[in-house]
Amino acid sequence: MWASILIASCGTYIEKLLGYLLPHHLLERESIRRMTGLLPVSLLAALVAVQTFAQDQSFLIDARILGLGVAVIALLLKAPFLVVIIAAAASTALVRWLGWLP
Amino acid sequence: MAWTRGGRQPRSSTRSIDTNALGIGIATGAYALSFGAISVASGLSILQTQTLSLFMFTGASQFAFVGVIGAGGGAVIAVVTALLLGARNSLYALSMGPILTPRKREIPFAALLTIDESTAMAIRHNESKRASRRAFFATGLSVYVFWNIGTALGSFGASALSDPGILGLDAAIPAGFLALLWPRLTGGSSSENRKMWTLAVASAGVAMVLIPFLRPGLPVLFSALVAVIASLLWGKNMHPVKDR
Repeated sequence: MWASILIASCGTYIEKLLGYLLPHHLLERESIRRMTGLLPVSLLAALVAVQTFAQDQSFLIDARILGLGVAVIALLLKAPFLVVIIAAAASTALVRWLGWLP
Repeated sequence: MAWTRGGRQPRSSTRSIDTNALGIGIATGAYALSFGAISVASGLSILQTQTLSLFMFTGASQFAFVGVIGAGGGAVIAVVTALLLGARNSLYALSMGPILTPRKREIPFAALLTIDESTAMAIRHNESKRASRRAFFATGLSVYVFWNIGTALGSFGASALSDPGILGLDAAIPAGFLALLWPRLTGGSSSENRKMWTLAVASAGVAMVLIPFLRPGLPVLFSALVAVIASLLWGKNMHPVKDR
């Protein structure tokens, strides 16, 4: 675990450094710029889906989906981000406690 | 960490820049509480969690890293996912270079502080180079300090619980990713937003379909291919995603 933490930390730091150190034309190519801009959207959307519906390698519909729904509502209401997260966690914990959803 | 809010028009005084920076730092620190808690719930130790906040210091990558570990995806996939998400910081650094014109000694420090918030604030305060620099470093430092304090409080808090799952922390993870994604889906023009939604839904769909066939973590990596395809398809009609 420690090795991967250090590698990932160094790697993300080097990514930041590269922007200051590399000659500009390498990173400034339009295609690279475009791809780098789109990557977070794809990855974050996929993470939302997987972290909501997957349990190891199978699908599992449980209280997390309710938490995600609450998060969507909070975001639509322009709630601050900590409120979004607490609302999602609290609603999930609540329906579990009530025994409505696993 | 993609959510500097409050669109007040900048005044150039150093004081108002610092006040904004402080506000953004405190808001981010509150968010770091949930990172600390989720990280410990995912199986990382308090020290490992803090190491991520001290040295990785880029929220989306940190959340993704512990998310993949927590889902049983393994170290390699966690590292690759974090790096892919962190790639945008290279572009931020690229655009900050000419604005900050850091001295050689300052570069390692400026690099560490190159994140969504500091970049956005530097761009917002473009009335002078000095204001931009001030905004970048004040925001970066403020977020750094509060992000690490928040992480520590969150991880200590969660480790005191016998079962963090009881607090619904597993639902906090996708909610956190959604909160990071949201400004990118709603921040552009309506045609840009439509493209981002299409991309997001397609990527989520690809990842979902792959869940049963691949080990945890890999479906998310495959979704990166959707971004690659989209950037080829949309070609020059596509303006690069502006950060808020």
